[in-house]
This record gives sequence, structure tokens and C-alpha cells, in this order.
Amino acid sequence: MAVKFDYLEPRTVQEAISLLSRHGCAAKLVAGGTDLLNEIRSKKIVPEYIVDIGTIPGLDSLTYNDSGTLSIGALATLRTLETSPQLKAHHAVISRAAAQIGSIAIRNVGTIAGNLCHASPAADMAPSLLALGAKAKIVGPAGERTVTLDDFFAGPGRTVLANGEMLVEIRVPAMPPQAKAVYLKHAIRGSADLAIVGVAVMASLNEGCSRNVRIALGAVAPTPMRARRAENLLEGKIPDDALIENAGRAASDECRPITDVRASADYRREMVKVLTQWTIKQVFAENKQASIEATALM
Amino acid sequence: MKRLITLRINGIEEELYVEPWWSLSQVLRDELSLIGTKEGCAGGHCGACTVLIDGKAVMSCLYLAMKARGKEITTIEGLRGKDGALHPLQEAFIDHFAVQCGYCIPGFILTAKALLDENPHPTEEDIRAGLNGNICRCTGYVKIVEAIMSAAANGRI
Repeated sequence: MAVKFDYLEPRTVQEAISLLSRHGCAAKLVAGGTDLLNEIRSKKIVPEYIVDIGTIPGLDSLTYNDSGTLSIGALATLRTLETSPQLKAHHAVISRAAAQIGSIAIRNVGTIAGNLCHASPAADMAPSLLALGAKAKIVGPAGERTVTLDDFFAGPGRTVLANGEMLVEIRVPAMPPQAKAVYLKHAIRGSADLAIVGVAVMASLNEGCSRNVRIALGAVAPTPMRARRAENLLEGKIPDDALIENAGRAASDECRPITDVRASADYRREMVKVLTQWTIKQVFAENKQASIEATALM
Repeated sequence: MKRLITLRINGIEEELYVEPWWSLSQVLRDELSLIGTKEGCAGGHCGACTVLIDGKAVMSCLYLAMKARGKEITTIEGLRGKDGALHPLQEAFIDHFAVQCGYCIPGFILTAKALLDENPHPTEEDIRAGLNGNICRCTGYVKIVEAIMSAAANGRI
């Protein structure tokens, strides 16, 4: 028997918030719906009301301000992120991460807000955005607030969004000069599959030393997480092979994976070590490549 | 409670009553008898239910019919020309023996149509990447890819 719900279609953010506040736990907000409809069909959630924000105007934009901060509207689709020339130029890792979610037909509908608010520990957008230092702009009955993405996730399927609140925008600061970022996803069937482990690393190389190091992991803890010990090991040091190996080991030590149908906890831990090392190496390879290209242009 | 909505499908306005929880695939098949759209996994993994919404490939099993109001929906039934002739992609699938049981084929053809509309000169790699969300359990994909390559090469889209 299908789960039955009523369908509400607010025209503004304020209207959406008042509907969410009025109906509380009985209401579920939907953007693209590619995750939500699956959850409803499997009766993991049984909402009485669906609040579809899909037609609220102005929530799907991608804009850069003068300081290079990127604002991604909640309703920006994963396909928009994947194909945006601006993003490819300034925050390429976001495009590349988006391209690793589902198929084109999913990415045409699925949104950034949906990927984050669904709060899967394996959400592919999360590690890159954590590594870039993204913030979440939230609007609710009491007004507006902004939280860092580090503080946004509360557990599997849970965020800090309170009753009546919705995520309206993700803000991503400009990347530090010369910084590069890479997201590697380990999954059996590529993008169509959920990540067994996802690792995002941002870093720059300054006179041979690593700077601005941020490492984030997906699918290996109750929420997407930063690997701060691994970051601290690398920061300010010359990233030779021994140090990168230690950073991989540190990330592996600080993650908290579980065993599920996709992989065992031990395997995930091992893969965090390997993937963190690979991702770091790829970031520094891109750094060196960019600096060779810059020198060649001089 | 059922709502009266208007959907524009294959160029025709259809007025019908739908429950708010009905998916587009369900409405296409059960209410409008457009049974060329298949439901395979009903979870967005297999691509059999792919239709075009405003020209873009979408999994109709994960798309509420309510969401499709005001949009241009194209199903496999809508690909024929005005004279009733098959679409060049359909012809290419026949010519290249790309169809075995056929269940996945409407989804493949519509995915391919969106792909070629966006990128008329794809590489084989582009095509394989574009088909990543469509599963075929009979053919092994080779002939499907060949059919799409040939349709693209003939510029018949």
C-alpha cells in the first residue's frame, strides 16, 4: 500500500517555513525528491504532507560575489553544478564531485540541498564542501542563521535543521591562491553506487611546504567528517612520501566506520588510508602542474 | 484527495485527476496507457522509466506527477515523426540489433536522445558515460552503443 500524503506547494521561502512550522514532524520538505521518494516508498519515512519547494523562484542560482565567494542556491541541481563553466574555473572539485552522483537523469533533478539535507554519511557533495570550508545558510521562523558545514550534520539522516527551518544556500569561500582540491570516491559501480569511502583534500604548496590543508572523509563515520589530525600532520611541512603515508594513517585512525552491505569497517579503515594518500598526492601533483604551467607562461 | 491537473505529454495537453503521491511513471502507465515507459526497479537505479522533461532525461519513477505540471513531457510514444515514421534512434536500434527483450530500450533511447541533443558529436566514451544510469540485462551494451554512435554519425537526430 502506497504511503499517502498531501502535496503543498509554497511560492516563497516564508510560506515554506510557515507550512513546515505548522505541520512539524508530519511535513517533509522536498526539492528534487530523488532521495525522498525512495525513502517514502520504502516507508522509512511516512509524511502526511510534502512541502515541495521546487517552484520557489530564485533558489537555484549560482553566483560569485566580488571577493570570489560562491553562493549555491538550495535548488541548484547536481547537473548544474557538474556543467557550470564558472564552477569548473573556480571550484572545479565541486563540479567533479557532483558528476560522481547517480546518473545524468538523477543529477538533472537532484539538488545540492537534497544531497546535504538527506544527510547520508556517504553524501558525495559533503567532503568537497567541508574541505572548501563551506557554510550553510538556514532560514527559519526566528530568522536567518549561518552554520559551518562542519556543524551542519548531526548524525545519519540528521542535520541541525530545527522544526520549520530550511537550508536555502551554501556559501563557499574563494579557494586560497594556488590551492587545489580533489575528491576521490571509492565505489564498486562508479557514480551509480554509494561511496564505500570518499575523500576530499584541499591544499596549496608554498615554497615546497603544504598550506591550507583540509581533509574531509565520507561514508566512514555517522556524518561526513574532517580528518583534523591528518590535516595538522601535513600543515606547514614538506609533503614527502613518509609524511603523506603518516597522514593517511592518521585519517584512518580518526575515522569511525561501520560494517554494512557495501564494506566492512576494517576494509573502510584501510581504504581511508590508501585513498587519503592518493588524494593528497593528486592535489600536490595538480599544484606542481599548475606551477610548471605558470612558470612556462612567464 | 485527487487533484485535477494538466500535463503536456508528447505535445498533447491531458487533463486528469491524480493522487498527490502518484509518480509520473505510474500516471503515464496506469492513467494514460502510455505503457512504453517501463518501471524496473522503482528506485532510480535502472533507468527503464526514463522520460524527457523539458528535453532532459529524468527518472519518472522518482518524479511526482504533481511536479510535472507546466512542463513538456516526452515519452517513447512521442518520438515518432508526424508521418508515423520511427525516430532515427529507433531505426538505428533496429538496424544494429540493439534490442533483445526490449524492456530497457525506451529508457535507453530517450537517454540517448537527451545525450545527442546536448552533444551531437559524442565519443564512445561520452555515450558510455551518458548511459551509466540505464541497465540492460540482455545485450551487454555493445550494440546499443553502436546504434547510438551510428545515429550520431549519420546526423539523423
